[in-house]
Amino acid sequence: MSASRESYLRGVRAALPFAVVIVPFAMLFGLLASEAGLQLYEIVAFSVTVFAGASQFAALHLLQDQAPLLIILATALAVNLRMLMYSVTLAPHLGAAPLGVRAVMAYLLVDQSFALSVAEYDKRPEMTVHEKTAYFFGAVTPVLPLWMGSTVAGALAGRAIPPEYALDFAVPIAFLAMTAPMIRTWPHALAAGLSVVATLALSVLPYGTGLLVGSTIGMAAGAAFEYWREGRSA
Amino acid sequence: MIDRTQFWIVVVVLGLATYAIRFSFLGLLGNRPLPGWLQRSLRYTAVAVLPALVAPAVLWPPATGGTPDLARLLAAGVTVVVGLATRQMIFAALAGVATLLGVPFLL
Repeated sequence: MSASRESYLRGVRAALPFAVVIVPFAMLFGLLASEAGLQLYEIVAFSVTVFAGASQFAALHLLQDQAPLLIILATALAVNLRMLMYSVTLAPHLGAAPLGVRAVMAYLLVDQSFALSVAEYDKRPEMTVHEKTAYFFGAVTPVLPLWMGSTVAGALAGRAIPPEYALDFAVPIAFLAMTAPMIRTWPHALAAGLSVVATLALSVLPYGTGLLVGSTIGMAAGAAFEYWREGRSA
Repeated sequence: MIDRTQFWIVVVVLGLATYAIRFSFLGLLGNRPLPGWLQRSLRYTAVAVLPALVAPAVLWPPATGGTPDLARLLAAGVTVVVGLATRQMIFAALAGVATLLGVPFLL
């Protein structure tokens, strides 16, 4: 077996356990989108075009609330800005791959493929760019079909569920469940906590702007806190 | 009801902009490092935006007409605590759902 093929399979194996998170999460998205009145082809178009779960939930939520278009886009993009960090981090490892390959990888750059790849590249610095590329594609191979397939399954199930089983609280639970494990340090906790408090305090502002201002305050506070802590330990 | 014009604009613009974010450094900018303050800020975008997005619905659920609801407050609290303790999204979500469905039976 070639080294690239072995790397690819290692990536696939590492990504398989993510199924327990991706399947219910994607089904919930399909279900809620269908309850919101979207057609199956519209839901699939959404998932194929954006392929970033958290921002899709955010956009769906705000679309239903009839928020202004710019607020919807700004909020959903703010959720995806973390991927700029992913792109920066992977560039030194994968920059030598052909442009066409990198263009495909960019589409497939999601939380799971990023986290697994970076961990693997750190563990095995001797990997060639071919092996690194193969591992990345392996790590996203289970994710893509599971995400798309489960979205469709959820959308189909949604049509069978009567509206009185209100799922209004599924999104808050999903978002909190997603965020809590990301809070690894005190600056993270400060960013999340202050952002929540500021957004609630600013909820009198016209729709959606309180969230943007509040989360910017939280983000800046987290970054400032991290900077201050580094300065003290240096 | 979701406005279809708005929906399709969101799908196209969000799709293109998200792709641009992903492609940026990997595709075009190569090994140029980001300024430190920007790198630091990017680490905190998701943890700041996601909980704040749902915080109003936790305190003032639209389903109850905006009156705070014990089951929803407890469910949100349990989700966060289990997520922090286990670092597993799936356990946090299951614990939250169990609380949401279980509390009305206990009261």
